[in-house]
Amino acid sequence: MTTLSTLPPSGQTLSKPRKPHVQKRDWTGWKFIGPFMIVFALVLIAPVLYSIYLSFFKDQLVGGNSFVGFENYGQALTDPKFWESMGRVTLFFVVQVPIMLGIALFAALAIDSARLHLSSFFRIAIFLPYAVPAVVATLMWGFMYGTKFGLVGNLNDFFNIAIPDPLSSSWVLASIGNIVTWEFIGYNMILFYAALRVIPTDLYEAASLDGANAFRIIRSIKMPALRPAIVIGGIFSVIGSFQLFNEPSILQSLAPNTISTYFSPNMYAYNLSFSGQQYNYSATIAIIVGLITAVIAYIVQNSGSRKEA
Amino acid sequence: MKATPSTLRRTAAVVATGLALSLTLAACSGGGAGSAETGNADDIAAALKEKSTITVWAWAPAVEDIATAFEKENPNVTVKVVNAGTGNDQYIKLQNAIKAGSGAPDVAQIEYYALPQFALSDSLADLTDFGFDEYASEYTDSTWGSVNIGDGIYALPQDSGPMAMFYNKAVFDQYGLTVPTTWDEYIATAEKLHTANPDAYITNDTGDAGFATSMIWQAGGQPYTTKDSTDVTINLQDEGSKKFADTWNQLLDNDLLAATPSWSDEWYKGLGDGTIATLNIGAWMPGNLESGVPEAAGDWRVAPLPTYTAGDTASAENGGGGDAILKQSKNKLVAAAFLQYMNEGEGTQISIDAGGFPSTVADLNSDEFLGYESDYFGGQKINEVLVQSAEDVVPGWSYLPFQVYSNSIFSDTVGQSYADKGDINEGLTAWQKATASYGNEQGFTVTEK
Repeated sequence: MTTLSTLPPSGQTLSKPRKPHVQKRDWTGWKFIGPFMIVFALVLIAPVLYSIYLSFFKDQLVGGNSFVGFENYGQALTDPKFWESMGRVTLFFVVQVPIMLGIALFAALAIDSARLHLSSFFRIAIFLPYAVPAVVATLMWGFMYGTKFGLVGNLNDFFNIAIPDPLSSSWVLASIGNIVTWEFIGYNMILFYAALRVIPTDLYEAASLDGANAFRIIRSIKMPALRPAIVIGGIFSVIGSFQLFNEPSILQSLAPNTISTYFSPNMYAYNLSFSGQQYNYSATIAIIVGLITAVIAYIVQNSGSRKEA
Repeated sequence: MKATPSTLRRTAAVVATGLALSLTLAACSGGGAGSAETGNADDIAAALKEKSTITVWAWAPAVEDIATAFEKENPNVTVKVVNAGTGNDQYIKLQNAIKAGSGAPDVAQIEYYALPQFALSDSLADLTDFGFDEYASEYTDSTWGSVNIGDGIYALPQDSGPMAMFYNKAVFDQYGLTVPTTWDEYIATAEKLHTANPDAYITNDTGDAGFATSMIWQAGGQPYTTKDSTDVTINLQDEGSKKFADTWNQLLDNDLLAATPSWSDEWYKGLGDGTIATLNIGAWMPGNLESGVPEAAGDWRVAPLPTYTAGDTASAENGGGGDAILKQSKNKLVAAAFLQYMNEGEGTQISIDAGGFPSTVADLNSDEFLGYESDYFGGQKINEVLVQSAEDVVPGWSYLPFQVYSNSIFSDTVGQSYADKGDINEGLTAWQKATASYGNEQGFTVTEK
């Protein structure tokens, strides 16, 4: 589209017979991409624009709706609840994501090594938790975490030990990390495994002819080939961590006093709009979280590809 | 009935919203711009002769049957009963429909604690327009007081929850405990029980806004007052609030409360195996015990709620609610007819048969109701105790015009006192502060005392 308008006037005379051809090709492309763009505009662009619009207003139970400019943003940036929740998911991201990606990487390399018996069984077994809906997974783990009648309680009784309550305020974040790790190792493992499978086998052949052992092959062939997949896994994990919602929200009914209504930024936004009817402020929070997530995802992507270069 | 497991509620809420979050909700402005129908009994009778359909949002199990009976009597009217969720789930949908200006039902079930929020935001029809104020004497004072907000009547009461102490007699007999009549005796009993069996607790409490407000109510507290619908005063350190907090602190700080969330699986289990020995809860509990804890049939009994002074009688409402007509409704006369049928006419008996605890004086005092001997409660005439409690409810209580939100942040504030086994008074003060700041944010004038 834009190429047409940026063509210098002189160029027009030079490429006169070509011009209709260029225009035609442009419109054909749009026809193909059109259906997607319509849906994209409807379900992504429009709500985002609407949220931005909402974030400039303030609708009160008493007094109605009024334009407030950037007041909501100012309030959010100095809101201790918001920053507490951001701090929590940042900690979660920093600790949980490396553990999850590390284990997934280890599993992918093990399955790819061709030294593992029943590798297809392990592949599906490790992947299976990803097929369990997050809600079900959390309920299941929630029952296991029970110190009275759950698995933790049984272990305590059986071995006569005292495992700390997984849902107490000092452990709850780790307990949620455990659930999320369990859920997403399989997904990341498949991501890495797929990247490993596309490595041409003649590279391995050449390496072994040169006398490289298995660890040398991992370091020099597999890891460089995995880097793009690790970056992708990292970006998904950034998004997943900052959008943490399902797990704490469901566990909240089991541990109402340790999981606050502003445990994660998404829970805060959810409760602002659904318990407090503060849709405008909630939209503001959502936009800020979205921006921060995008920036961090961009940094992850950049640092990943820079190393590659 | 008010009390479906909160696990299910939350799960449903999560599933329903998922990642949509704040991005796609929030419809634009617009008030309740329905038709301004009002009318007396004759107008209502005339409206019933025309073909019409009304929608009712309710989760009480009897409503479906009541609608069928109503349709039989009024063949021109179709009543669509929709279960739009229990409690807060339904309020969220209702609030969204009100904000959107369309999509709300004609009639909606609303609990007493949430009613001021909808009434004061001008979302509900004033039932005095249909002459329903004349029914005042048919309901218990406390339930009528709950629907009478300002000068208007915004719902007809359906069920009610005067509090009582449900106790596991088998446990009491086993450890030689006597039934406490004062809170001091209650604390002593709690210690005795827990010493005799370290796994057993007098009751469970992990911090529950509905329970705390009811207990403050019973202690004579009046922490919330609203003038001219926007002038709000909050004092969660008034005499009654402190009385409750000081008493409950003794249980909390001495580890005498089971940290089991109500309505959880562990809770039902504890009620069945005797590790939770009493429940101070609304009169709608017997049905829940029967269905949720069948293994303890014959063990449980009902006694009046303990009081602060020996020989005193004092109770409070815990849960319960009524049904309101939305301002948006385009068919208010038919909606009014259904409301009257459901909560004042034949519907009350259908509710009682389904296990509801009524709020209508005639039903409460009928020989059949009072004389009912519950097998689950070992043949005890439980309604005698529960009806007496309804009469002993302390007058003068009112909820906040933003109680639904306030309750949602209870665990952020008072819950922290529970988690740290600290002073509930401090939690109440934090709750008051957070609630007041929300109220001011929403344009109310909130005074803290």
